[in-house]
Amino acid sequence: MPRTACVIAALALALLPAPAPAEEKKTTLVLGMVLEPPGLDPTSGAAAAIGEVTQYNIYEGLTRITAEGTLAPLLAESWTVSPDRRTYRFALRRGVRFQNGEPFTAADVKFSFARAAAPGSTNKEKAVFADIAAIDTPDPATVAITLTRADPNFLFSLGESTGVILEPKSADGDATHPIGTGPFQFESWVKGASITLAKWPGYRDAAAIGLERATFRIISDPAAQTAALLAGDVDAFPRFGALDSLKQFQGDARFTVTIGSTEGKTILAINNKRKPLDDVRVRRAIAAAIDRTAVIDGASNGMGVPIGSHYTPNDPFYIDLTGLSPYDPAKARALLAEAGVSLPLKLTLTLPPPPYARQGGQIVAAELAEIGVEARIETVEWAQWLDGVYKRKNYDLTMISHVEPRDLAIYANPDYYFQYDSAEFRAILDKVGAAADAGERGRWLEAAQRRLAEDQVNAFLYVLPQVTVAKKGVAGLWRNSPIFANDLAAVSWQ
Amino acid sequence: MSIAAALPGRAAGNPGIAIGGALTLALLLTAALSLLWTPYSPYAIDVPHRLALPSMRHWFGTDALGRDVVSMLMVGAQNSILVGVIAVSVGLLAGTALGALAAARRGWVEEAAMRLADFTFAFPAILSAIMLTALLGAGIVNSIVAIGIFNVPIFARVTRGSAKAVWQRDFVLAARAAGRAPLGITLVHVLPNILSALIVQATIQFANAILWEAALAYLGLGTQPPQPSWGRMLNDAQAQLFQAPWLALFPGVAIMLAVLGLNLLGDGLRDLYDPRMARR
Repeated sequence: MPRTACVIAALALALLPAPAPAEEKKTTLVLGMVLEPPGLDPTSGAAAAIGEVTQYNIYEGLTRITAEGTLAPLLAESWTVSPDRRTYRFALRRGVRFQNGEPFTAADVKFSFARAAAPGSTNKEKAVFADIAAIDTPDPATVAITLTRADPNFLFSLGESTGVILEPKSADGDATHPIGTGPFQFESWVKGASITLAKWPGYRDAAAIGLERATFRIISDPAAQTAALLAGDVDAFPRFGALDSLKQFQGDARFTVTIGSTEGKTILAINNKRKPLDDVRVRRAIAAAIDRTAVIDGASNGMGVPIGSHYTPNDPFYIDLTGLSPYDPAKARALLAEAGVSLPLKLTLTLPPPPYARQGGQIVAAELAEIGVEARIETVEWAQWLDGVYKRKNYDLTMISHVEPRDLAIYANPDYYFQYDSAEFRAILDKVGAAADAGERGRWLEAAQRRLAEDQVNAFLYVLPQVTVAKKGVAGLWRNSPIFANDLAAVSWQ
Repeated sequence: MSIAAALPGRAAGNPGIAIGGALTLALLLTAALSLLWTPYSPYAIDVPHRLALPSMRHWFGTDALGRDVVSMLMVGAQNSILVGVIAVSVGLLAGTALGALAAARRGWVEEAAMRLADFTFAFPAILSAIMLTALLGAGIVNSIVAIGIFNVPIFARVTRGSAKAVWQRDFVLAARAAGRAPLGITLVHVLPNILSALIVQATIQFANAILWEAALAYLGLGTQPPQPSWGRMLNDAQAQLFQAPWLALFPGVAIMLAVLGLNLLGDGLRDLYDPRMARR
């Protein structure tokens, strides 16, 4: 079995001494990443791995989401918003060029957003761009965007990898040879092994960039991740997967370990249209049967913050709603009886590959068995999950982490795979969009979180931790992961 | 028959068959015992005591969810035997029927049956099994079907080869001259004479079936959690290879001993049944 062979090879490598550190300051960096991206155009593929490689490095958007999760200007130097919150006027940064030499102008913004909203677009956030009523480009450095309805997250959405600005002539080839305005240009991609980026000398602020070359090495196996770090093959591993080996790195002077948070809302998703899961009492029973602490301990080594709704403590106007669905098997049994469900209730539990699902799912199944729910586990690969669960909605329960920030809007789509159809929730989200000031917006955002928790659309479990293991001396890596990105411009060797 | 009468005496002089027999017996006894008793439930999750070292409380330690490894291995033996027995039986019944038919009818029937067997052989069996389970869905039933199907041509070939030789023997010619139908000849004369070859092949295929089941489970295509399976235990252990190497060691050794035992037994039986060995 080749994977075993890899592990053995990695073990053998781990026993070799690490190479002696070079005398002069290093300017190359090897970053480990878990999943290989299926292409390098974040505006056409849904995989978070695309943004991990390309965002801020190759491509830039109008706005930037910072390491703290706040909003900052990037290709747009400043902007104004109309009183009805439907028209945004951006003043673009001047003198910016794409890596193929073309100048960056307002026409490129119009092209990129129109492409994302086009009928054949496969943009993950297509709905955001489909809401654009008009894009005006009065001059090359100004863009005015009018929305069909107010969207409180619009500026934030433009900062995600799905909103980056492409160059029209090269856009179709971006999946294999990405061209953007960022500080690094694409150099090579060894399929299945690594992707290498090199510093682009034509970048507007090239002197401030500390790295000459950066390689993303793809290592999905947790044991191989540990081995690669120990052997010195990888300089840093953001989103490190082998949580059980953290103690080893924390006790080793050659490494630094940081534990932050992500936007990864790990949930037990429930098919709200299937009987008897369409009954809120049954969904509440399922949620009450699950001990979040046990899941966090077993699946994430005790690291992770419990949540009670589809919202994380990093998000604005977060409220802790875990108290609405505490661990209470007796109450769960009572709720099932009240709903008239005949026991044992047989359900399927579909588990994709990550440990939070494969390990956490077995804990959930054991806990559900306690209240008389027999959850039959089906383990699937990502492709099967995307097709069977996400696209065809053929499932009862599934464990999944939603890593997109502030994505409450997925609950407003009755066709989303949760199949949650609530006019009340949609009305609340509309009020969030139309809110005149931050205070009113906050009140409606709190109402939205509470609504999801009360309707118990899914069993909301915990936020995935962001664990980074790096060699001593690597500075500038993000501790938290408000979006899935590795901002290499900020990284350097100390 | 004379060969059968001479068996016990010759078995004693064959250490392979003794070791193989003992290991196979141990496998069967472990599986039988696990039906009645295991130290802990193999499904009992105990997160606070996860990744415990082997100790008096947990002889082989606990896995990433705190489940007792000994209990999981014992129930996993059941699983391996279940898959092995059913898959080999499927192959044995269908393959022998096909092979005996080919040997009895000859002509285009034989051609068709053997070309079909060649066709199945052209694909690496494990790859085809992966394809089949990926197509039909992962699970123990589908992995039994997949492994069973690829046992059919193996038994068909062994049966046809041995049966053709028997069909040339004088007593078969006599039976044909006396007007017995081919089906009767096959059942009365041919099958008893090729039984030894089939038993040897079945033992070896049993070992292969255990190995294939472990491979499919390792890839996540076989037995689904929480039902314990040696192959999946290996896969689960891989993530903790640096922290808890014993988790990979124990199921690995279990698979090795089971396969070794059955192979030794198969080899030993072949030596016993082989007429050339009998003349020594």
